[in-house]
Amino acid sequence: MDMTGEQRIKASKQAVWHALNDVEALRASIPGCEEVDKKSDTEFAAKVRLAVGPVKARFTGEVTLSDIDAPNGYTISGQGSGGAAGFGKGEAKVTLSEDGGETVVSYTAHATVGGKLAQIGQRLIDSTAKKLAGQFFENLSGYLDAQGAGAGEEAPAAAAPQPAPAAAQPAAAQAGGGQGMFWGIMGVALIILWIINH
Amino acid sequence: MEAFTEKFGVGQPVRRKEDQRLLKGGGHYTDDFNFEGQVHLAFLRSPYAHGRIKAIDTEAARAAPGVLGVFTGEDMERDGVGRVESDMNLKELDGTAMFKTHRLALPTDKVRYGGEPVAVVVAETAFQAKDAAELIALEVEELPAVVTPLQAAASGAAAVHDEKPDNCALHWQNDTADAYDAVAAKAHKIVSIELTNNRVVPVPMEPKCCIAAMNTETGRMTIYAPFQGGRRVQGAIAELLFGGDGDKVRHVSDNTGGGFGTRSKIYPEIIAICYAAKKLGRTVKWLGDRSETFVSDLHGRDQVNKAELAFDDNGKILGYRLETYVNIGAWVTENGARLAIDGGGRIVGGCYDIPVLYYSCRNMLTNTVSTDTYRGAGRPEANYIVERLMEKAGPELGIDPQELRRRNFIKTFPYTTQMGMKVDCGDFAACMDMALKDSDWAGFEKRRAESQARGKLRGIGLASFLEGAGGRPEEIMRVRFEEDGTVNVYCGTFSHGQGHATVYSQLLSEKLGIPFESINLIQGDTDTAPAGASGTYGSRSSQMGGVAILRASDAIIEKGKKIAGHLLQAEAEEVDFEDGVFSARAGSVTMTEVARAAHDPARLPDGLEPGLDETYHYTREGGREDQSYPNGCHICEVEVDPDTGNVELLAYTAADDCGTVLNPLIVHGQVHGGVAQGIGQALTELTVYDEETGQLLTGTFMDYGMPRAAQLSDIVAEFHPIPSTNNELGVKGAGEAGCCGAPPAFVNAVLNALEPLGVKHLDMPLTPNNIWHAILAARTEGASS
Repeated sequence: MDMTGEQRIKASKQAVWHALNDVEALRASIPGCEEVDKKSDTEFAAKVRLAVGPVKARFTGEVTLSDIDAPNGYTISGQGSGGAAGFGKGEAKVTLSEDGGETVVSYTAHATVGGKLAQIGQRLIDSTAKKLAGQFFENLSGYLDAQGAGAGEEAPAAAAPQPAPAAAQPAAAQAGGGQGMFWGIMGVALIILWIINH
Repeated sequence: MEAFTEKFGVGQPVRRKEDQRLLKGGGHYTDDFNFEGQVHLAFLRSPYAHGRIKAIDTEAARAAPGVLGVFTGEDMERDGVGRVESDMNLKELDGTAMFKTHRLALPTDKVRYGGEPVAVVVAETAFQAKDAAELIALEVEELPAVVTPLQAAASGAAAVHDEKPDNCALHWQNDTADAYDAVAAKAHKIVSIELTNNRVVPVPMEPKCCIAAMNTETGRMTIYAPFQGGRRVQGAIAELLFGGDGDKVRHVSDNTGGGFGTRSKIYPEIIAICYAAKKLGRTVKWLGDRSETFVSDLHGRDQVNKAELAFDDNGKILGYRLETYVNIGAWVTENGARLAIDGGGRIVGGCYDIPVLYYSCRNMLTNTVSTDTYRGAGRPEANYIVERLMEKAGPELGIDPQELRRRNFIKTFPYTTQMGMKVDCGDFAACMDMALKDSDWAGFEKRRAESQARGKLRGIGLASFLEGAGGRPEEIMRVRFEEDGTVNVYCGTFSHGQGHATVYSQLLSEKLGIPFESINLIQGDTDTAPAGASGTYGSRSSQMGGVAILRASDAIIEKGKKIAGHLLQAEAEEVDFEDGVFSARAGSVTMTEVARAAHDPARLPDGLEPGLDETYHYTREGGREDQSYPNGCHICEVEVDPDTGNVELLAYTAADDCGTVLNPLIVHGQVHGGVAQGIGQALTELTVYDEETGQLLTGTFMDYGMPRAAQLSDIVAEFHPIPSTNNELGVKGAGEAGCCGAPPAFVNAVLNALEPLGVKHLDMPLTPNNIWHAILAARTEGASS
């Protein structure tokens, strides 16, 4: 699946960049996050408990950062395995830009899922991914507020990311095509993890 | 005696004697069996469609609560478990042997489809087993996946099996390419078509389930699993795990909740469960959930066809050229690579006289679960192609498609097809006439106008079809009179919905003049099934099992005459048998009385063994090419909503020649079931594997379009019986005819409805989305031209 999203956070670019590289901030912000370990400056490991419709599992993910351009953005790639629940892997390009003292975080992601996640969860992936992304940014804003890094008075409610047009295809059984149906859940979750990780 | 034959005899619409029990919940399916001390098994399945196995770390799973054992392919290999190989031995045109796979139940080298089992966990409870399976770390180096037959055939495609880089397990073809080209060169017109025959998931109501009970004292294993004939499970497990000793293996299936062909194969799951049970010396149970059944049951259909017919200027077929790509999935299973050849090939030209046939069939390996027999097994696909072609050819030749069919029907019998099959009898024009009349074809235009007034597009479509039914030309049945007067029939066949208990009882009741109620069916246990029994598939039970019962009954009558003669103080040769009564000179004695006497040595002539108990091993005299050839003509009437693309089935008419009809109620049920499955394939059932990742996307009932009752119409089913000359009952297998007729009749009807909009081609399934896009494309094209 392909997905693009944009999020406005009431904090400076530097503060958001810092949070996205802070293990504590990530742990606090990733929905269902149990652990985040920074293996090196560019490698993270995380354990996240996730539910996609009826598929519930603990996913173990590894994330690598590349094309790092502090504090403007990076590319995150990684994969997460949920054992019998399946797997997800993906890549997201994340860009931070400053706009009137706030920061706009935008990302373009490509992800695939496999196993039960694809078989059972695929029609729920888009909505779960949106929900997880929204929660992540909400949590992150809250974290930054609590840290006093917020630039504004109120923590903004996170807007849901917009799926790319390809994700708006009809359901598989109707479309007859196989492409672009697996957006998300894992992708988004991983993106979130990745974003958080930095 | 007349009472039996009038009410319960052959040809009567006798209600199924098995239904009272089944409808009241009295059925006994595999999951209903539970044993003291049983333990539970769970599979770890590959989430990857294709990849090289790097490691399977089972350590954490072994240490999990309640776990008794964790096994992988390496364990099986170490313990010398055999590998499964198809017994197919087809050759390519140049004599090259086909490619066959040697499959270990759990792979050690690669995973080849999403859902392939890679490890098993046995634990005290099912939940413990499932939890522990999640702890197994499967490390796989992912490889690109191929999911369609054309993808697999493309150059540079990933190889499903390293040793077969072109992915083509078998390119079968006959040697008539030049002969076809010669007639095509002289043809007045060549009509061609390209079609996709959509893959379907069989989804029997009962999911996959298996219990393997190892008796460590006797060294014997009993396997409980839904199956269409247990001798084959017995044979396979004995071969793979017990050094070929069949006495060490027993198979039991009491009731089976739907077979459809997919429950006639040895699955790797069954082998792995039996292995675990033997290894642990325990009773191991596994109930597959619906998701597992979706990804691991053998699927059906899945072909890409390119076909053409060459006609002379009178509309007579000169030759037929067919090029087919079959998606056989990841493994060369029992029948997958021969379905389109030995199955569909039987009747590849449908009801038509084809003077020259060139047929090329490539059986492609892909990263999907394998396809194999599914109700019809090749014949629905073959009929679909030729019927779509005939419908298309009509307008191109300027001949009404019905007239075109009539001109080309096989009319002289027996007729030997280009594939060497001998079609013994049929009257295809008569079936068509019957269907035309019953469907009120003549009144269609009026109905079309009425639909049009409501803004709807009405269409009518027709398909003639020819089936080839019979399977293996051998079956064994045993008929035994018990001391209490009841009669037990020990079956080689296996009824999983076909109504054998009723039909066999009708046959015996009429033949022997005994009460219908006194006859019991004993099936589903290899301890009682006659040795060499085959099971039920390929619409074979009445024509094989039924004939075997009749011949066993003949032997009973012969012995009965000796006993009756003794009782009546006459010579056996003087005794006549009719309507259940033996008579000689002035006296007579009934079958029931003779049966009672047969158990009393004092009342038997010298040298005669007590009892009436005969087993007959029937081998069809004519062999494979002399099977039965059911046929018919089906007509479908539909209405399409041009705004939404939704299709409503309004009427369905089936005129079938199933030969002699033993029980019209049951045969109607067979026709209805087949039609429903055919409409399902044509209207809603689509199996989607993601072309990028190889993942099955339609793996639940939320995503896979099972047909529903509301999508069907009433089905008018009539018979035009012409008794088969290839068996003495005159029957022709009825179970698979419906799904041969329904898809082409339905698609032809929808194309007829859409003709005013300029839609010329559709591939199944005809979902609203599919049709809506076709309408849109036709409008765009119409606007631009």
